[in-house]
Amino acid sequence: MKQPRKFTNWLVFLVLLHGLVAGAGFFAPYDPVEQDHERPYLPPMRIHWMDVQGNFHPRPFFYPLRLREGSFDQFEEDTATAVPLHFFTRGAGYHFVGMVPSHLHLFGSTGARIYLLGSDAYGRDQLSRILFGGQVSLLAGLLGAGVTLFLGILIGLAAGYYGGWPDDLLMRVAELFLALPWLYLLFALRAFLPLSVGPVEAFLLVVVVIGMVGWARPARLVRGVVLSVKERDFVRAARGFGASDIYLLRRHILPETASVLLTQAAILVPQFVLAEMTLSFLGLGVPEPVSSWGNLLATLQQYSVLVSYWWMYLPALAIVPFFLGYLGLASALQERFGTYKMEEKSSGSRT
Amino acid sequence: MYSGERLMRYLLHRTLHAVFLLFGVSLLTFLFSALTPGNYFDEMRLNPQIAPETVAALRAQYQLDRPLPVRYLHWLNAVAHGKLGFSFAYNSPVAPLLWVRARNTLLLTVTATLLTWALGLPLGVWSAARLGHAPDRILSTVTATLLVIPDLVLALGLLILAVRTGWFPTGGMISVGFDELSPFQKFRDLATHMTLPVIALALAALPTIVRHVRASVAEVLDAAFLRAARSHGIPDRKLLTSYALRAAANPLISLFGFSMGTLLSGSLLVEVVMSWPGLGPLLLEAILARDLFVVIGGVLLSMIFLVGGNLFADVLLYWADPRIRVAASAK
Repeated sequence: MKQPRKFTNWLVFLVLLHGLVAGAGFFAPYDPVEQDHERPYLPPMRIHWMDVQGNFHPRPFFYPLRLREGSFDQFEEDTATAVPLHFFTRGAGYHFVGMVPSHLHLFGSTGARIYLLGSDAYGRDQLSRILFGGQVSLLAGLLGAGVTLFLGILIGLAAGYYGGWPDDLLMRVAELFLALPWLYLLFALRAFLPLSVGPVEAFLLVVVVIGMVGWARPARLVRGVVLSVKERDFVRAARGFGASDIYLLRRHILPETASVLLTQAAILVPQFVLAEMTLSFLGLGVPEPVSSWGNLLATLQQYSVLVSYWWMYLPALAIVPFFLGYLGLASALQERFGTYKMEEKSSGSRT
Repeated sequence: MYSGERLMRYLLHRTLHAVFLLFGVSLLTFLFSALTPGNYFDEMRLNPQIAPETVAALRAQYQLDRPLPVRYLHWLNAVAHGKLGFSFAYNSPVAPLLWVRARNTLLLTVTATLLTWALGLPLGVWSAARLGHAPDRILSTVTATLLVIPDLVLALGLLILAVRTGWFPTGGMISVGFDELSPFQKFRDLATHMTLPVIALALAALPTIVRHVRASVAEVLDAAFLRAARSHGIPDRKLLTSYALRAAANPLISLFGFSMGTLLSGSLLVEVVMSWPGLGPLLLEAILARDLFVVIGGVLLSMIFLVGGNLFADVLLYWADPRIRVAASAK
């Protein structure tokens, strides 16, 4: 069979990407909030093996940048001093995957700092900020999807299993949530919550807001599954043996919704990461100095940054491989379970 | 029954549904707003230069001291009089405020919708007609690529492109001195300012539409009646345009209604990114200033657009699909 292999490939791809972000402390050369006021808006540096004399060096090195003579924003490589790169070096302290304290970095240098993806207004390393920002954005997406699916399961189970007027009411409300354009809904929910809060509270707010937006679609799908499963013979038999509602829902009905929920998760996570990016980009999400993919892009709202410093756009590209991976995973899951067609994947799914 | 009467009945049914949706949204947003910690006047209260009595008087003037149901009824009454509540920050009714911005948003979204369908329909049909061949493969790759680029990334990318090449103006809707231009120059000025946001919106919406058109036309092309028609020697072009497209219309028209919501959301974002004076920047300011009625009004307005688009889709559907006509008259 071809499909299972495809599914595994996408899964491995995604695990690798998430590993890169989860291990940001190790892969990033610097602390994401460490500033260097001498070096604002440095363009990305190049790694060399050949020096200007044409000699090959087995250890890669870079030339620090200096201002071109007579210019105040053009940089050139200072070829007098080659700074070698060191691998598995000691650097700024961090907690690996948020738990294990460590000082080990994949690469680093002594003397001059290396900016592989340039630096921002405060001379902070853009690569480190993108990697650490990914932790915030991805976690918001994952937790948001968790909240949404949890709400979706609860509401879907209740509506499908008990039926009657609660079902009618819940499904009407779900219709409302599905009908509203998602960004307007996000705005409305965000508007009614406090604005100036600390980074942690802001992050939790974002998760709650994102999580509350999308419950309608999974709820409807779960409800559909419940409606068909609860009339199946094994459920009726269990009920005949005197099983309680809770037992039936937990042991017999909930497992049947797994395929729907898995597919929904693969669809929801990237959209929620994007939702976090959008909120933070607009200044309604996670604030500085904590970095997230959204607030890293917020500097692009200044015209001068937009004109002169193209590398500030790089955080935007970070989400693209994740989108690709999740989209591939979702379609592989859909093919595998064969429950719905393309329609569910792309059309109104940004709810 | 006359077909006109039948259509009216069908429309009435759909409109009632729409009114119910609008009512629900207004109730929901109002409930949320009641849970809000803090409002526009809280900041005023912190200001030592403003007397507490003044704040209280203002609150009374805007009826914020009344219980929620009274406030809701009061607001409904204002809506019935076309006022949509009152903006604290602008000190004016919300409706005229929103209307100017909504016009600009509509200008963007309608143009983008027309462009997307004008491109997406032929591309999708073309792709379906050459299913599995080189043009179809290339187009599929392009749409798949566009699908993994989120609208925020796309809009910012286009903006950077515009800034670096200087091909398009990078923000706003009109140039300085717009009023002195001749009508033709005005049109050209507006068009150049619109180009970038419209491209951003259209590129974000295009892959979905091309893929759906391709899928539904390909499905129809495989149907027995079309194979029969082909074997009767009807030319391919006619088969595609007048037989296949017509039969594939139903899901596509539903998609049209669906895509409105995505487009409105996309427009909100693109407007902020490209500083287009539409609803997006207004709502963002309103959120930051805690100007709740503007937010509620904006959400409601988006819902009205959506409902309007869906009603239009319903009429199209009624016209295109005989099954719906039969179902409507059977009721």
